[in-house]
Amino acid sequence: MNLVLDALAWLLDSANWDGRGGIGARILEHLGFSAAVVAAACAIGIPAGVAIGHSGRGRSLVIVLTSGARALPTLGLLTILGLALGIGLDAPFLALLVLALPPVLAGAYAGVESVARETVGASRAIGMTEWQLVRGVELPLAAPVLLGGVRSAALQVISTATLAAYVADTGLGRPLFEGLKTQRYDMMLGASLLVALLALVVELGFQLVQSAAARRAEPHRAPSGARERISA
Amino acid sequence: MIEFDAVRKEYPGGTVAVAGFSLRVPSHSVVALVGSSGSGKTTLLRMVNRMVEPTSGAVRIDDVDVRSLDPVGLRRSIGYVLQAGGLLPHRTVADNVATVPVLAGRSRREARADALGLLERVGLDPALADRYPAQLSGGQQQRVGVARALAADPDILLMDEPFGAVDPIVREQLQAELRALQAELGKTILFVTHDVDEAFALADEVVVLRAGAEIAQRGTPTEILAAPADDFVAAFVGAGTARRTLRIRELDGRRVVVDGDDRPTGVLEADAREGAP
Amino acid sequence: MTWLSQNLHIVWGLLADHLLLSVPPILLSLVISVPLGRLAAGSRRWRTPLLTGTGLLYAIPSLPLFIIIPAITGFALRSPATIITALTLYGCALLVRGAADAFASVPEDVRLAAEATGHSRWASFWRVELPLAGPVLLSSLRVVVVSTVSLVTVGAVIGTASLGTLFTDGFQRGIEASILTGIVLTVVVAVVLDALCVLAGRAAMPWRRTVSA
Repeated sequence: MNLVLDALAWLLDSANWDGRGGIGARILEHLGFSAAVVAAACAIGIPAGVAIGHSGRGRSLVIVLTSGARALPTLGLLTILGLALGIGLDAPFLALLVLALPPVLAGAYAGVESVARETVGASRAIGMTEWQLVRGVELPLAAPVLLGGVRSAALQVISTATLAAYVADTGLGRPLFEGLKTQRYDMMLGASLLVALLALVVELGFQLVQSAAARRAEPHRAPSGARERISA
Repeated sequence: MIEFDAVRKEYPGGTVAVAGFSLRVPSHSVVALVGSSGSGKTTLLRMVNRMVEPTSGAVRIDDVDVRSLDPVGLRRSIGYVLQAGGLLPHRTVADNVATVPVLAGRSRREARADALGLLERVGLDPALADRYPAQLSGGQQQRVGVARALAADPDILLMDEPFGAVDPIVREQLQAELRALQAELGKTILFVTHDVDEAFALADEVVVLRAGAEIAQRGTPTEILAAPADDFVAAFVGAGTARRTLRIRELDGRRVVVDGDDRPTGVLEADAREGAP
Repeated sequence: MTWLSQNLHIVWGLLADHLLLSVPPILLSLVISVPLGRLAAGSRRWRTPLLTGTGLLYAIPSLPLFIIIPAITGFALRSPATIITALTLYGCALLVRGAADAFASVPEDVRLAAEATGHSRWASFWRVELPLAGPVLLSSLRVVVVSTVSLVTVGAVIGTASLGTLFTDGFQRGIEASILTGIVLTVVVAVVLDALCVLAGRAAMPWRRTVSA
């Protein structure tokens, strides 16, 4: 347990928190970078997934992408893009986007797909335009599953952003790798604990948002819908 | 008035849902399309609001071909009642009823206020307005469905197996309420059902359909029951079964109507035209 | 291709290392998760803590977990035991939920029928519940197989040899062929092990002609 105490000591030492490259800056960097990737994945994946779910065209694309992405080794993707694009944030951004896109796409698609056919038919029958149907019916009812996809993507991105420090100078992976290289277990373990904590906080945050969405989609029997989860 | 003029619906692959169908539904009358599944009755209903486009032929409302109308506007001008209501699960009862007026641009506040009145009209306590559909019984959901269809005050109501998802007692109650509502409102109602008793209970005119929406017989319920056109119609309406062959038995001067199994179904009242013997 | 032919013996060795790191966690997590999943499906009291716990466990990123585990267990950082322990935990995180869903999918009347025909609880589990839970269980196992094979490569950055070593070496020495070989082989291993699962599922559950993913 000595190791853990050392790590905690490293974490609690205010000298390690300050300045460029300090823990505080690294946390912001990590979160900001992850948020940018997830936002980009949402900007592409949600419209595409909703369009596929709404029209029913392109289902097989979703299946191929999601199962393919699961098999693709993250580190391989990071290093090959790192070699191709050089040192900098482009390679990890692209690699993380490739990882984040399938769960977002699958969540949006599965969410819209899961809306009862009768509800969609009835909405058309009473004179909703396709756009009103998507906005007023399909999106709110799909929200819990859709958010499940975003949650999977966010977790994966936060997790892999740690690994991104292997090819670029960014995020909480940095002190972890530095500790690894210099045999400083306290630094390595402290950074690891911090990333784990960050991931747990994000996970819990998403759980709250998702159960709120489930309450809106199924106001009478929340929050069981919040448990929907797209495994990535 | 709704007019089907030689409509035909053929799906890619060659399935013919409607082989060729013509019918006039006069304004302010209730017409039922009855048939088993696969008779094409729902397809016919959906042609009226352009949920289904006929392969050939035309559907006209008051002499206007529906194909010349914008489908969304057309659908908003027609009330549509579906089995189990087809309500939006994430919106309250009042918001469900107010859906179409709000889509058409009415303020939500006004539309909700109107919705409360409509709920009362279909026999629902306005206190249910803020509940969600899943918190209501099947019969209550069905009433909300009717209220929603009436919300834009349409001239035409289309009903697709409107009371198919509720138990027989509630169904009869809903049918009686719809009759009362229709006596007051005088809408043009076209509805489809596989339940011949429901058709007889509600419709001014009943159209019995075979496969491919071929008309086997049309007429008032009395006409059809009195003289089924052929064996198909006879079997469909159950002519000749114990339930449909009633006789009169006298008991202490009262005339009791019994069915083919001698089970009593009611008491015959003296009729002014007929006169007591 | 020249790179591959010159380094074939290294690649073979890493492939063997990779299999030795992937197969044990898959089997271990299956053995651990089935009883836990049955417990979660059968008992309200256990369901929430088990599923919440495994759900949170799954949220912890792999690289930090590889570093946290030695601190707790005393394993050497670069030892196979560290990787196997971490990946077993991940496997359980996915499979406990999968197994719980699988057992929950067994119809209640079938369970009652087994009881009524005189199966003991033990016999009912082995002869009725487990076979009927099989298809759902198999589909979660397939997810575990594929993600485990992919996650093993992450161990390379802390120095545990696997196909991931082809990524770290290739990156540091600027050899794209090395990285590409690693990616292709990792995917191939995942696909082959997944196919083996499907075949085993077909053999064990002949009443299901098709097994959904």
